[in-house]
Parts: sequence; structure tokens; C-alpha cells
Amino acid sequence: MTELLSVRGLRVDFVTDGGVAQVLDGINVDVAAGEVVGLVGESGCGKTTLARAILGVLPAGAARVRGGEVRFKGDDLLRQDPAVVNARVRGRAITFIPQDPSTSFSPVFPVKTQIMDLMKWKSPRAADGGPGWPLRRYPRERYRADREAVLETLRAVQIPEPARALRRLPHEFSGGQRQRLMIAMALLPQPALIIADEPTTSLDVTIQAQILRLLRELVKARGVSVLFTTHDLGTAHEICDRVVVMYAGQEMEAAPAEAFFARPAHPYTRRLLASVLGPGGELRDIPGDVPSLVGPPPGCRFHPRCDEATAECRRDRPARRTLAPGHDVRCYHPVEGPIGS
Amino acid sequence: MNANAPGAPLLEIVDLARHFPVRDAFGRRTGWIRAVDGVSLAVDAGETVGLVGESGCGKSTLGKTVMGIHAPTAGDIRFAGREIGRLPPRERRAIARHLQYVYQDPGASLDPRWKVLHLLHEPLKIHTRLSRGEREQQVRAILAAVGLPDAHLDLYPHELSGGQQRRVGLARILTLRPRMVILDEPTSGLDVSVQASVLKLFRGLQETFALTYVFISHDLAVVRAMCARIAVMYLGKLVEVGDTAAVFEEPRHPYTRSLLAAVPRIGGRRVTLDFALEGEPPNPRDVPSGCRFRTRCPLVQDVCAAEEPPLRDVDGRRVACHFA
Repeated sequence: MTELLSVRGLRVDFVTDGGVAQVLDGINVDVAAGEVVGLVGESGCGKTTLARAILGVLPAGAARVRGGEVRFKGDDLLRQDPAVVNARVRGRAITFIPQDPSTSFSPVFPVKTQIMDLMKWKSPRAADGGPGWPLRRYPRERYRADREAVLETLRAVQIPEPARALRRLPHEFSGGQRQRLMIAMALLPQPALIIADEPTTSLDVTIQAQILRLLRELVKARGVSVLFTTHDLGTAHEICDRVVVMYAGQEMEAAPAEAFFARPAHPYTRRLLASVLGPGGELRDIPGDVPSLVGPPPGCRFHPRCDEATAECRRDRPARRTLAPGHDVRCYHPVEGPIGS
Repeated sequence: MNANAPGAPLLEIVDLARHFPVRDAFGRRTGWIRAVDGVSLAVDAGETVGLVGESGCGKSTLGKTVMGIHAPTAGDIRFAGREIGRLPPRERRAIARHLQYVYQDPGASLDPRWKVLHLLHEPLKIHTRLSRGEREQQVRAILAAVGLPDAHLDLYPHELSGGQQRRVGLARILTLRPRMVILDEPTSGLDVSVQASVLKLFRGLQETFALTYVFISHDLAVVRAMCARIAVMYLGKLVEVGDTAAVFEEPRHPYTRSLLAAVPRIGGRRVTLDFALEGEPPNPRDVPSGCRFRTRCPLVQDVCAAEEPPLRDVDGRRVACHFA
């Protein structure tokens, strides 16, 4: 498969009161065309920062990109003209589904205003830069065509009575319905890649199950790639073709979903999977704490909590090692066999 | 407080209801939200009962009504053999020492301007007549019991991680040596690796302090790991109550069945591929007639709209369904 998105050696620092936090430390992530990739890790591991770096919406004052590249369809988004990225990529070729749909809508405008405002600029029928300067008016024919597309997409995400739904305010929808609207808005520009940042975390399990299934069906039918961040391994299992595990700003392991859950090789991945509650109710935590990203441990950042750690782990970050096609691990001491062996 | 009669449950809730008025812009009442609507549940001393359900089902309202934060609209709450739902405030406060509540968001329930030391002294100042030195001793002992170093006494809540904030919240409560603790979503917002250590702590403390837990959670895996008995709630009513292992093995109520089927499982076939429950819970202002689950139920018949199924005994558990 050809890579649609390829993040290489991305380093992002945040300037904080306590010093410079190295939030992303040479991250590599690939997303192939049509693939759903899960980006899994605990809070503070840098998943959201990576998502924002790809979209080019890092907080301008605090974040600093120190190196690496974000290749999308071959072009490095970090070095391209920001105006071009804004006109052609952000919100069009790459769209976003946020974690909390209730704070992502304006509470004072009907849903229709907000969706049509998106379409005015980011509809697949819009020219680069949106409606022509100096009028900035929404051309009438395009408005009609876009409105049809909106109604059709709302039907696809199973919003009942789409035409009436458009006239309502965001608070009149339930959390699950709002997330369906967000999915519709992410699909409408006909993107090649959707970045979904924990989109089901705020939902109940029965609604989460509905939304995960809907999202997977829709993106598979349309051939859209998804980079899906989550802290919940069960959710990742439900939706992903491939899983990448991050820890403290470094990627630890990347593997096809089936191999990831059956034969994890990185000690951190194995610990993380073991800490998920099973039917037996055994409680296994990971001893120690996530390190501070200001002055993080050298080498592999997991080494202070790792049973396998040796001198080389403390010195240098392990290079990528391929165990099987598509299954890469960054560890000097990968473990073989299923968990519990 | 007197010991209750042997064999009697520590907490007994009988037909408890809590309704909230819905008002329009002019303050006129336009309806009721029946958040808790006729719930009966008994909790024995030393046991852990899980209360599960989706957001808006009334599980937190139930916990807060038992705790005395909301006054019951109807029904009885008996704690250690005594009716506590309608006590005058002064007498109710004396009960508070024995019946404590752990809030969902530990960060928001700790005063941001107080150091941990101050936070841990406060409950002792309110509820006991210990001298400063005695309090100091207790505070250090309890801090050790929840697994925090003494150095943390000098920190403010925002300097602690989520797991540590939860430990401080627990320490505040345990220092009063309560008999029963109501835990409201005690693991929400924690990462799995931290969650395991917090749950371990709950188990350890239960043994050390002989606690009885009511464990309110929407996380079924956590409830399964922690609770011997489980009560499933839907729109203000209990739909199924029974031994956790049995309920997980063979859920009898169609709602319990859907709820369990929705939980992602690692390994094997994706559960969402077979998940069949459509729609969302109805508005609690306007609950369906008869069985409240009938609008989403795959087994629905005419009788479900006409008659509300009572919670009846079926094979050693209680189920509210005509077809269980």
C-alpha cells in the first residue's frame, strides 16, 4: 500500500514555566490510503500534540517544531506555504473529529449555519481560497448542490429528519447525535484523511458501539484513511486496521491490529495490554510514573519502568526493528509470544 | 452509632424516589424529571455493590439522595437500622461520619487554594474533637494508608496527578473511619495502568478499614472486577440485580444484555459488528408508559407498553422484564 501520510522524526517542544518539555521526540507514524490507524497511549503521551502537528494547529506561542517532517501525499506540510496548506489541505484533504462535540459547536447558531459555513469554504466544489474575493458570497448554484450533499451525508450518519435537524440548535441534540454531526462535517469536504481525537470518549458504551461501527463503515465505503487517537485499547480493537503505541512522546511499537493484540513485542505494550481488566478481575498496574517531559530520561523513555532495561536502553534510543511485515518495534529486547507466557 | 441487628443489611433503600421539577423561563413548573423512581436495594455490611447504567439513568442522583445531598421525594433510606432520609440537619450530620461520598472529579472536589495538609485536617476538625497533635498523627497515618509520601502534604491539588488527587480525596474520607463509602465514578478519567493501582488501593482499604462500598460506574469491566453484586439502572429504575458473575454470564434483562454486548473486548471478533441496540435513551422528562426500555427493546410486545414489569425474583436474582 502507498503511504498517504508519513510522519518522520517529528520533534515538538513546548515552552513551559518549568522549562522546555520535549513532547514529541522523533515520532514516526505512517497511514496508508484507506487504512484506519489507531494511535494509542496514556494521557500526556503526546497523541493530541501529534494530531495537532499534522493539522498544523499547534498553539503558536508555546509549541516549537524542532525537526522532522509531515509528508502528506508526498509534500512536507511543515515546509509548504501555510496559505496553500490552509487552502488545500487543512479542513479539506485532512479533516478533524474532536473529542468533545458539545464544545466544538457554537451554542448560538443553528446547526445549518455552522455546517453551511464550513461548506462555503471547504466544500469539494469550492475553489481554493473559498468564494471569490471581493464578494465572498456563497454562489447560489453551489449552495444548492452543497445543501443536497449535506442532507445526504446527514442521512448517511443516521440523523433522523435531516432537513428539520438542520434548523435546530446544537444543545437540542444528544451527545451521540452531536458526534454524528461532527462525523458528517468531517466527511463533507471529501477528505483523504480524517484525524479523530478520542471521538467516543465522552459517549456511553451503547452509543460508542453505534458510533464506532458507523464510522468504520462510512470510511471503508468511501476509502478515507483515519488516524484515530484513543487511550482505550478496547476501542482501538474495535475500529483499527493498524495500531501505533506511544509512550512519553516516542512511538514504541506499530503493528497490524491482529498481531498487535495477539503478539505484542514491546515490554510497554505488553504491560499496557495486561493492565486492561479481564473477566477474572486481576489488577495489574505498571509500577512507577510517567516521566516528566522536561528533562526526560535519555535513551528509551520507558527504561525506568521496564523489567528488561539494560545499559544500552539508558544510553541510546533503540532503532526500528522489523519483526514481521508491518510489525515494527523500537526496543533492544523485544519479547516473543503471547501475553502471560 | 448503634450496631444494627445481626443479619440486617447496613443500608436498605425502599421505594426511593427523587424527582426534580422542570421550570420554564417564568419559573412555572412544566413537568418533572423522575431521576430516581422507586428503587429498592439492600447492601450488606462488608460487601461491594456495583450500580451501573448510562449517563442520565439516575445512578449519581441515587447515590446523592442516599448521602443526603438531595432530599428524597418518596421512600425510605435505612442506614444501620435507622431511617435517615428525613432526619433534622443536626442529626443527619452525625450520620455523615459513617456514610461518606467520593465525588466523581477529585480535582474539582478539592479546594485549589488549600494544601493537602489543610485538606486532610478539615474533616477531623468538623467531625471530631481531637487535639491538633492527635489530628497530625491521624493525617500522617491515613496518608501512608493511601500510599502517598509525607512530602505531598505541602502540595496544592493542581500539583498532583489524577491518581494522586483521587488518593487525597479518599484519605479525606477514610480519616473519619466511615462504615460505608459511596464511590461515584471512581476511575473515570484515569489511564488503565493507573486505574489498576487505584482499584488495588480500594480493595486494600476495604480490608483494612472494614468498608462497605457502593460503586457507581458506567465502566462494566471495573464493576466486574470490584463488585460481588451488581444493580443495573435504566431511566430511574433498577432493571436487574444479582451476583456479578451470574449477571455477566447470563444477563436476563434485554437492556443488561445490550449493555454487556457493547463493551469492546480485546481479541476475537469485533463486538460492534454484532451490536444491535438502536436509538438512544428517551428523555427522562417524558418516560415511556409501561416498561421504560420498550422503545429500544428487541423483544417488545404489546404488554410492555400497557404494564410496567415489576422487579421480580428469577433464579436467585431480580429482573424487571415480562419475558425474563
